[in-house]
Amino acid sequence: MTAHAPILPILIPFAAALVLMAGTGRGLAFQRGVGLAAALAGIAAAAWLTLLADRGEILVYALGDWPAPFGIVLAADRLAAGMTLLTALLAAVCLLHASHGFDARGRHFHALFQLQIVGLQGAFLTGDLFNLFVFFEVMLLASYALLAHGGGLARTRAGLAYVVLNLAGSALFLIALGMLYGTLGTLNLADVALRLKGLGHDFAPVRLAAALLVAVFALKAALLPLSFWLPMSYAAAGAPVAALFAIMTKVGIVALLRVQVVAFAPAAATADLLAGWLMPLALATVLFAALGALAAGRLRELAAWLVLGSAGALLAVPALAGVDLTAAALYYLVQSTLAGAAFFLLAERIAERRGDASDAFQPGPAPAAPWLALGFLVAAVTAAGLPPFSGFIGKLMLLEAFRGTPAATMVWTVLLLAGFLVMASLARNGSRLFWDRKTDLAAPVAPAAGWQRATAIALLVAAGPLLALFARPVADYTARAAAQLHAPKAYIAAVLGKDTRSIWRQRRP
Amino acid sequence: MEAVVAIAIGTLTACGVFLMLRARTFAVVLGLTLLSYAVNLFLFASGRLMTGAPPLVRAGAAYTDPLPQALVLTAIVIGFGMTSYLVMLALRALAESGDDHVDAKEPEQ
Repeated sequence: MTAHAPILPILIPFAAALVLMAGTGRGLAFQRGVGLAAALAGIAAAAWLTLLADRGEILVYALGDWPAPFGIVLAADRLAAGMTLLTALLAAVCLLHASHGFDARGRHFHALFQLQIVGLQGAFLTGDLFNLFVFFEVMLLASYALLAHGGGLARTRAGLAYVVLNLAGSALFLIALGMLYGTLGTLNLADVALRLKGLGHDFAPVRLAAALLVAVFALKAALLPLSFWLPMSYAAAGAPVAALFAIMTKVGIVALLRVQVVAFAPAAATADLLAGWLMPLALATVLFAALGALAAGRLRELAAWLVLGSAGALLAVPALAGVDLTAAALYYLVQSTLAGAAFFLLAERIAERRGDASDAFQPGPAPAAPWLALGFLVAAVTAAGLPPFSGFIGKLMLLEAFRGTPAATMVWTVLLLAGFLVMASLARNGSRLFWDRKTDLAAPVAPAAGWQRATAIALLVAAGPLLALFARPVADYTARAAAQLHAPKAYIAAVLGKDTRSIWRQRRP
Repeated sequence: MEAVVAIAIGTLTACGVFLMLRARTFAVVLGLTLLSYAVNLFLFASGRLMTGAPPLVRAGAAYTDPLPQALVLTAIVIGFGMTSYLVMLALRALAESGDDHVDAKEPEQ
């Protein structure tokens, strides 16, 4: 059974999606039951996988028992297992939130949601680049439909731009894979790393392929010149969908980090591929997002800009890729994902309480809801990186890890300035939402929150204080994950076996 | 043969990119379709071009690399599904706004 642990986080939502599609006519109660049961089972499977991976060995699962590099493998190290756990937790909370009526606004919500989880988990676990493409597409195809869920022209328009952009990205991804296969003769990540190191000549096509691959990951992670799609599409999506999307940019970041550390950095041909340009662009993304947060006119737009800002801060990491830096970045990734998701859920509830004023930053009826205001305060303090919650710890760890690097001055300046701008924006807009009231307006009758939505919001908001309270175990885990990631020899040995010379190589013309 | 395939891929890519930059969704969909054809051909060529060789490895006999063919098959299926979804989405945008401009606004009341 232990041998099958790496595939369970993918298999459980996939089975649930099949059951849900087969039982389309069975009513919402059935669909909610299956979806939530699968989400809980997914948490259990991911937690078990994390426990197994934390023993220090990399769990390799050869699909169909075809040995790597000829078959496709899943490789669960601490990083992949931890990301599956984060995904499973976030997905369960979002599904709970959606179970209060949002899922009834269109068909097949639950099946699509499970397929989205399949794509996310697969993208974290796979050890094969073409398989990564397939899981990206599963994730994106489900996300296209989820983005349009609930209808309305704004969503359709945002969906159209999002789909076209990602299809162009997929085309680039395939070109990169074709070039990699044409030059190296393999698409297994460990084998790519091995062959890159043994590359004697013919640098240029390989470098080009690697650069294209990096460009695709940068598009998914929303690096600045490729990030204009994010605020529009995330702000247009329904609240639980947008909250789940908070982890989608992180898929690109984790993929970039893994490919860079395992394959590109150790090889002479591609060692300097990210040097010089990724860091300035990432910092520009952070500033761009902070300015966007300042200019946002609605709370859900502000939340989308916050997601973009955290992605920018994380994208500064792969270019330098030191162990300490990666460890800090992984903690920052966990807390920023949950904080961003919390904002999307809060925005929807605040919009309901304010009636026609919705979540726009203008005077409206007072949302007489002290718990909601408190939740907003906690989430805002977390997102702005102020003490005492996890946003502060994450930012502190990131700044501390950057201190020894040559780019320290620039990173410190940008991150602190952006933090100030975000704080100013949150303070101004928070006081507008809750205090700038028009007394002549009667308080609108808001629909009941329902225990599902209340629990989901409370859980995500509580993640800020909880991650600060339990910062030590989480940071220790991310440190171990980073140390494991930065020892690519063990990864290659785990996937390909100790004796890599016996792999049969075809001579290519 | 290499020159013909290379020119075909280049032409398809150029037309695809040009159409993708148009402001009407129909042209954009056509452009993406052309681009995906170009990508499929490119993937196919990454296993080296051979004529009259089966994609089966046999000792002594000539064979062509079977893996890119499998990759192309996967890419075609995924591209087909994506394109059909995009067409549906474009139709919905047309129905909701009465305009197939990519930045369609709400219709004037």
